[in-house]
Amino acid sequence: MLQIKDLDASIGGTEILRGLSLDVSAGEVHAIMGPNGSGKSTLAQVIAGHSDYEVTSGTVTFKGEDLLELEPEERAREGIFLGFQYPVEIPGVNNAILLREAVNAKRRHQGLDDVDAFEFLKLAREKMAVLGMDPQFLNRGVNEGFSGGEKKRNEILQMAMLEPSLAILDETDSGLDIDALRAVAEGINALRSPDRAIILVTHYQRVLDYVEPDHVHVLSDGRIARSGDKTLALELEDKGYDWVREAASA
Amino acid sequence: MPTEQENLEHLVNRRYEHGFVTDIATESLPPGLDEDVVRAISARKNEPEFMLDWRLRAFRMWREMDEPTWAHVHYPPIDFQAISYFAAPKSDEDRPKSLDEVDPKLLETYDKLGIPLHERARLAGVAVDAVFDSVSVATTFKEKLSEAGVIFCSFSEAVQEHPELVRKYLGSVVPQRDNFYAALNSAVFSDGSFVYVPKGVRCPMELSTYFRINAANTGQFERTLIVADEGSYVSYLEGCTAPMRDENQLHAAVVELVALGDAEIKYSTVQNWYPGDEQGKGGIYNFVTKRGDCRGANSKISWTQVETGSAITWKYPSCILRGDNSVGEFYSVAVTNNYQQADTGTKMIHIGKNTSSTIVSKGISAGRAQQAYRGLVRVMPQADGARNHTQCDSLLIGKECGAHTFPYMEIRNPGAKVEHEATTSKISANQLFYCRQRGISEEDAVNLIVNGFCKEVFKELPMEFAVEAQALLSVSLEGAVG
Ligand SMILES: Nc1ncnc2c1ncn2[C@@H]1O[C@H](COP(=O)(O)OP(=O)(O)OP(=O)(O)O)[C@@H](O)[C@H]1O
Ligand SMILES: [Mg+2]
Repeated sequence: MLQIKDLDASIGGTEILRGLSLDVSAGEVHAIMGPNGSGKSTLAQVIAGHSDYEVTSGTVTFKGEDLLELEPEERAREGIFLGFQYPVEIPGVNNAILLREAVNAKRRHQGLDDVDAFEFLKLAREKMAVLGMDPQFLNRGVNEGFSGGEKKRNEILQMAMLEPSLAILDETDSGLDIDALRAVAEGINALRSPDRAIILVTHYQRVLDYVEPDHVHVLSDGRIARSGDKTLALELEDKGYDWVREAASA
Repeated sequence: MPTEQENLEHLVNRRYEHGFVTDIATESLPPGLDEDVVRAISARKNEPEFMLDWRLRAFRMWREMDEPTWAHVHYPPIDFQAISYFAAPKSDEDRPKSLDEVDPKLLETYDKLGIPLHERARLAGVAVDAVFDSVSVATTFKEKLSEAGVIFCSFSEAVQEHPELVRKYLGSVVPQRDNFYAALNSAVFSDGSFVYVPKGVRCPMELSTYFRINAANTGQFERTLIVADEGSYVSYLEGCTAPMRDENQLHAAVVELVALGDAEIKYSTVQNWYPGDEQGKGGIYNFVTKRGDCRGANSKISWTQVETGSAITWKYPSCILRGDNSVGEFYSVAVTNNYQQADTGTKMIHIGKNTSSTIVSKGISAGRAQQAYRGLVRVMPQADGARNHTQCDSLLIGKECGAHTFPYMEIRNPGAKVEHEATTSKISANQLFYCRQRGISEEDAVNLIVNGFCKEVFKELPMEFAVEAQALLSVSLEGAVG
């Protein structure tokens, strides 16, 4: 589904990703871990197409297409979803309206009619119930005054409504209370299917207890320093990142 | 898209316009302004003596006045002697023969706004001789109004048919000497609309009028007078969402509203004069005086405006809250893009007891545009229990535009409650990226944010007008980002 080869990317002239390669197939869940500042969010933003980041070399293909050629909204409509580490507030823009616009943008891209307003609300309420979100959040401004955890739940709500083929969740598990973590994990698991893939960027083993990854990668200094199965996460918990760094430079 | 009802209303109004186009003499006056010109205008309109005297007094005052310079706008000096103050309708030879001869950009905009084809031709000033066969519609409309006793006609017609009402109320809210442009308008105004709603009558429909610029060329100095007698209600819609071209650069209209006891007037405007091209060339200067007088107790006047057009706008719809418990409201969205300049705002003058006013001003600037909000809240010593709430928000798109706020408060009654809130925000790159990551195009994202920003004002507009206003905003801001 997603192939990244020898990717170099920089921001403001500083090179962050250096020769990163990653292969994600449909049906898989990949966890990406790694120390602060190692480039995890950079990778997520580059996949989503943020224009602040410059890809200096390497390739990214998504469903066989050159992803780097596409505008951010085209990537989204093709099925890429990014759960932001820091979801932005858009005061005054109704949360439900943004959500509906997003759903419709994707439907139009697929040649479908706009979603029926009633059906949309019904579905949104259902998903919110699963996530333990008060329906009142639909009437508020997008992330406006939301607590950290509420913002994360809102990201998962959007993901659930959009049903992306590739979801990249950048520390969506951070800052969640125990119930929220479970709800969010449930949301993620509900999305799992043979034709979808998920990339979980996380610092904690905790979420991986709920969402079992097929692969775990450690990102360090802008490249994948180590890959393994779910036991790698446990090992990291135990030994810390220095262990990976040493192994990588050895 | 305009609704059925609205198309209908436009048709009807066109009938009204045709009703007085024929009154206008066919010859234009040469450029220049002196007493003879004022006399000539009055004579051609066959006006009674009192109107001529009124115009002449205005002209003499105007001669002694100076053009105001305090507004935050810049433009080359206007040569008032180079303007023709009485222009005959353009002959068909001078007009574009068909839409093929009209600026394709303008047509593109009409397309985006969903303006019907025949309407486009009229707006673009194409010589159209097809008069709409809408006699039956117009008749029903007129019948309904006259059954209710509502007078809705052109100003010229009102001067002929209802001179006593005109005489009683004209200039009673905006006196001739009020300001430079109002004095000029009073001396030379060409035509406009007149509304009278009798006691206790709720006007059975929204009164709407398209400006009649290219059709009859009366728009340069337009005069509107609306009187709501005791206990009556009227909602009046002015303007149209399609950008209108006009060979006259200067527009100085005057609008006077009078609300007697327990009466309510709701005045909504969507103003979309041609703003000039992307360099700002050829745009219209719109210097308007709009004022409402809540003359009786418990009366109410609300101004709602969506301003996107003109090269330069200078406009402060105001309320004089004379009657006890009277209410004044001002809801405004002003958009400036490219090289547009706008200096707008409102004045709320509290005179009566327990008067209250609400000001919600939303300013959006993009490109290199400059925008100023200028608001005055004055509470007179006798206005016990006066209250005002002002909310004044600016939204900037891009780095080269500017927003300026000039709130003036003159509170002479210590018991008055006056609140002022102001915010300035920007559409951030991260907000746009967030929307785009959700599959929403940048343009749609800007629209979402702008509409969210303006919703408090849009909800005050009549439904169909609100929908049009949203479409208009998105067209006005096209290309503002990126
Ligand atoms: N505009 C910028 N100019 C220079 N360096 C930048 C800029 N933006 C980000 N960086 C740097 O890029 C590096 C990678 O940042 P990134 O956000 O990808 O890290 P991360 O792995 O997601 O970290 P965390 O675990 O803390 O979220 C950091 O060292 C950061 O300081
Ligand atoms: Mg990060």
